[in-house]
Amino acid sequence: MTIQPHRLAEGGLVNRERPLSFSFNGARMLGYEGDTVASALLANGARIVSRSFKYHRARGIYGIGPEEPNAIFTVADAVGGRRTPNMRATLTPLAEGMQIFSQCGWPSPRFDIGALAGTVSRMLPAGFYYKTFMRPARLWMFYEKLIRRAASFARAPDELDSDDYDHRYMHADVAIVGGGPAGLAAALAAAESGARVAVMEMRPHWGGDLTDGANGEIEGKPAAEWARAVAKKLSQTKNAEMLLQTTAQGYFDCNYLTAVQESPAPGLRQRLLKIRAKEVVVCAGAIERPLVFAGNDLPGVMSASAVRAYIHRYGVLCGRRILFLTNNDSACEAALAAADAGASVDVADIRHHPEGHWQLRLQDRGVSYYSGCGVAGLLRTANILAARLAKLAPDASALAAGGEFREHAYDIVAVSGGWTPTVHLFSQSRGKLKWDSKCGAFVPDESHCINPCAAAGAASGVFSLSGCLKSGWEAGLRAAQKAGCENKTKTNARDKAPKAAAPPAEYPPQFVPLLPATHPVGRGPGKHFVDFMNDVTAADIQLAEREGYRSAEHMKRYTAAGFGTDQGKTGNINALVLLAQARGISPAEAGHTTYRPQYTPVSFGAVTGSDRRELFSPERGTPMHSWHLAHGAVFEDVGDWKRPYCFLREGEDAAEAVRCECIAARSGAGIMDATTLGKIDVQGPDAAAFLDIVYTNNISSLQPGRARYGMMLRETGMIYDDGVCARLGENRFHITTSTGHAAGVMNWLEEWLQTEWPNMRVFCTSVTEQWAVVALAGPKAREVLKKAGASENLTAEDFGFMHIREGTVAGAPARVFRVSFSGELALEINVPARYGLHIWRALIAAGREHNIRPYGTETMRVLRAEKGYIIAGQDTDGTVTPADMNLGWMISKTKKDFIGKRSLSRPDMLRAGRFQFVGLLTAEKEKPLPEGAYLLREKRARLPADAEGYVTSSYKSATMERAIALAMVKDGFARGGETLYAALPNGERPAATIADPVFYDKEGARRDG
Amino acid sequence: MLLIECPHCGGRAQTEFAYFGEAHIVRPEEPGALSDAEWAEYLFLRKNPKGVHCERWMHAHGCRRFFNVMRDTVSGEIFGSYPIGGEKPKVARGKKTTAKTETKTANAKTEGGRE
Ligand SMILES: [Zn+2]
Repeated sequence: MTIQPHRLAEGGLVNRERPLSFSFNGARMLGYEGDTVASALLANGARIVSRSFKYHRARGIYGIGPEEPNAIFTVADAVGGRRTPNMRATLTPLAEGMQIFSQCGWPSPRFDIGALAGTVSRMLPAGFYYKTFMRPARLWMFYEKLIRRAASFARAPDELDSDDYDHRYMHADVAIVGGGPAGLAAALAAAESGARVAVMEMRPHWGGDLTDGANGEIEGKPAAEWARAVAKKLSQTKNAEMLLQTTAQGYFDCNYLTAVQESPAPGLRQRLLKIRAKEVVVCAGAIERPLVFAGNDLPGVMSASAVRAYIHRYGVLCGRRILFLTNNDSACEAALAAADAGASVDVADIRHHPEGHWQLRLQDRGVSYYSGCGVAGLLRTANILAARLAKLAPDASALAAGGEFREHAYDIVAVSGGWTPTVHLFSQSRGKLKWDSKCGAFVPDESHCINPCAAAGAASGVFSLSGCLKSGWEAGLRAAQKAGCENKTKTNARDKAPKAAAPPAEYPPQFVPLLPATHPVGRGPGKHFVDFMNDVTAADIQLAEREGYRSAEHMKRYTAAGFGTDQGKTGNINALVLLAQARGISPAEAGHTTYRPQYTPVSFGAVTGSDRRELFSPERGTPMHSWHLAHGAVFEDVGDWKRPYCFLREGEDAAEAVRCECIAARSGAGIMDATTLGKIDVQGPDAAAFLDIVYTNNISSLQPGRARYGMMLRETGMIYDDGVCARLGENRFHITTSTGHAAGVMNWLEEWLQTEWPNMRVFCTSVTEQWAVVALAGPKAREVLKKAGASENLTAEDFGFMHIREGTVAGAPARVFRVSFSGELALEINVPARYGLHIWRALIAAGREHNIRPYGTETMRVLRAEKGYIIAGQDTDGTVTPADMNLGWMISKTKKDFIGKRSLSRPDMLRAGRFQFVGLLTAEKEKPLPEGAYLLREKRARLPADAEGYVTSSYKSATMERAIALAMVKDGFARGGETLYAALPNGERPAATIADPVFYDKEGARRDG
Repeated sequence: MLLIECPHCGGRAQTEFAYFGEAHIVRPEEPGALSDAEWAEYLFLRKNPKGVHCERWMHAHGCRRFFNVMRDTVSGEIFGSYPIGGEKPKVARGKKTTAKTETKTANAKTEGGRE
């Protein structure tokens, strides 16, 4: 176990009583509870932690939060060793026994063979991959694999995620994003107004940057203490919910926010919050941006605010000799903190002669302050950075004429290029952004906002402590008021914002797109990096502009600046400013790219929540499901239903079971669970008239006690669904739909009734689950029913085809339909669902002497195909008319109108060359064609060729003792006897002859037994 | 995700609703009397506006009733919901108006049907 060379003797929010051991690329290290992976690595002096994506350059930890572009690791748990890739070190809490691995760099980030790419980087400019590998286009797929391997992305884990996740819905009057000074002030104001408040803070502590060593007092208390007290008070308030370690991720229509909460409860890894808020206040703070100078990506170059925050949050001093390079005052505060922590500090400020509070304080501390100075080059030797300090011209765009260089050695170069307001959520809410030259970035423009959303504090471009408190307080008050809550406890509430001392006079920042180097941009040994994660340099952006990628969105896609798991949180603004400079326009004119959810990467686990494994999707089973389970059923999914595909008996495979089931139904008796058929009860004085218009055939002429096969079309004339329509009484019908269309047909009927004919007195009720249905089919069906004990009217010879009768079966009240989908004598026995299992068992017992056999969906399909009956949705696909399916006889000639009728006479319906429904007999009797196979006229036709048709259904028919198929064939009705060839993926071209789709019992003799 | 006001149940998340396309497409009284072009217009041609759009929704996981929503297809802003046959809400950009919820379904048929 090593000591922690960069850990200060005291300070930070870590728990020094609880040391944690972990390993980094195999090396054992020690950290503390409360550390992140990043702070622990820095405490141990880890320097090169990764290799960059394109040039394989050595990189170190740059930041401290979600902006971190370099330190992305695969983390393995102590227990079980499960690996999670793409973890951001700055956001990952350290845990005992954690094993941390670099993802890029082979064999290790310290020595990476791929780094050779960096030495030939002149040959890898922006757009290189596009230009080089896109021709010929078909080889791109091949190149892409190689490029991806070279980039060495993390490997996705193979194991199932063993953690648990869940979702939670929340409602709030005011949702506040961020728990810094502005967010807490807003929460206080809104909660005191009586609003229901939810506050989300990404970090495990309240106060935001106040915990990072903020100077100053709020309401007479040290700032961090004030934050803790306010958060505590609010969490004891009934109408405020305070959520730590919760990152607001997405902002969607109508003020719908998503957020991910870490470790919300014991045993839960993450929880996805779905928050609907009346008002939202974004107080998400700001992210420090880098300066673009030559060599700015070397390990040891860090964000100045991160250097400061590592001291205060974790008690880690990143280096002993630190150069602060800045264009604004905030880094001066950081430099002072580093000096206080014991570092030897220099400051290089690109501004000439800044004279403010902080400069004086630094000079008092004896810090060397190089004003009007930049870094013209940076070289790394092991862990030493040699900075070449150079005097700049007054506008900082060039080195000062005749200026001298000074070489100084540092461990750390801490950089501040100003602060970028975190406008992501405000922009996602479709609020417009405006350019603010005071902070050199885009800020929210609340006058252009679609959703009720406001921004306050640093996220709105207000950086002083007193300003943050005031803008947060006022935004909180306003939001509560707009949400309908008025502050009654305080008069003049607007003036009651928490007070902080006025900030010391600030010397204004000076923004330059990049710092000059000894060589022109893109020519020298040191590159000016803009986007560390994607290895995009200033030269790449200038190149994109020269090549015509001039809009922000085009530049982004050409250079990849702003892509990646950091989404350009450090580099975006610099890229946009460089583009504007290259175009010779202002950043306001050049505009910005689109901010999209998520703010940080979100795990699949959080998105999935508990909707996994058995909870992934609901399963529906019929009342007979338990019997099926116990009797060898092989299930298939039909919508949400679990339907038996076949029932395996000892020694059978599925094909053999289906063969035996078909023979049983054709020779003796078969029994099928048909409960899943959609069933709708249609009642009312206008029921018949209504059904007349939704079915193609005549329903009003149907006698009570009779049923008719009915077909529904879409208004386009295409077949939608088919089923049986039975008239139970003058004003009452029972209609069936195919299993998959049960809900759709119900919606279809309701839509017409509610929107087009609201005056029709018709009520539709889904009764699918109220009735259990058993289809009893075969020449012995009637005998089986008799044996099971059925009322006489149900077994009588005069119970004719397409009749319905009510009676009892095995003591259960039953409604029996004499309909057949197999061509055999068949009875569809409907009983109230609770009797389903009872009559199923009774019928099976009664059928034993006739060798009754239960059959599944596959046998049902074979039997109906032998008879040429269609299945809507299998043989039809929404492009076929009744005439195409040879069902023209189902179209009423007498009805003036029905849905779809007018379309049947559109010219396209009447033209020659439509695909028509036919049967196919394969040349090889034993070999069924694959369903979906295309049919060709010539056996040797070269592909691609025009298809003459396609196979819609195909089976091995036990009854016909051969393979049969149903197909749609161009002008198929007139082509009986012609041979076509199926084009199979393996190159075979089996022949099949067009035949009548009714293969079996063409005269229909068997349906009456 | 939109927050949709069901005229019968109140505001609910979009996931409770099903979308049924443009509202106010009236089925012709006598389809047989129409030319192919006129029929095609009813069947296929929709406004698809960039801006204010009246559309039909159904409260699928709720009362299962159809109603209309007036919405801006660019901003997603909802101006209000109204029952079939009800009065359209007034469009006020940036400020939501409450829909008139008088039910006029009884007149829908005589007014030419589908509203
Ligand atoms: Zn409703």
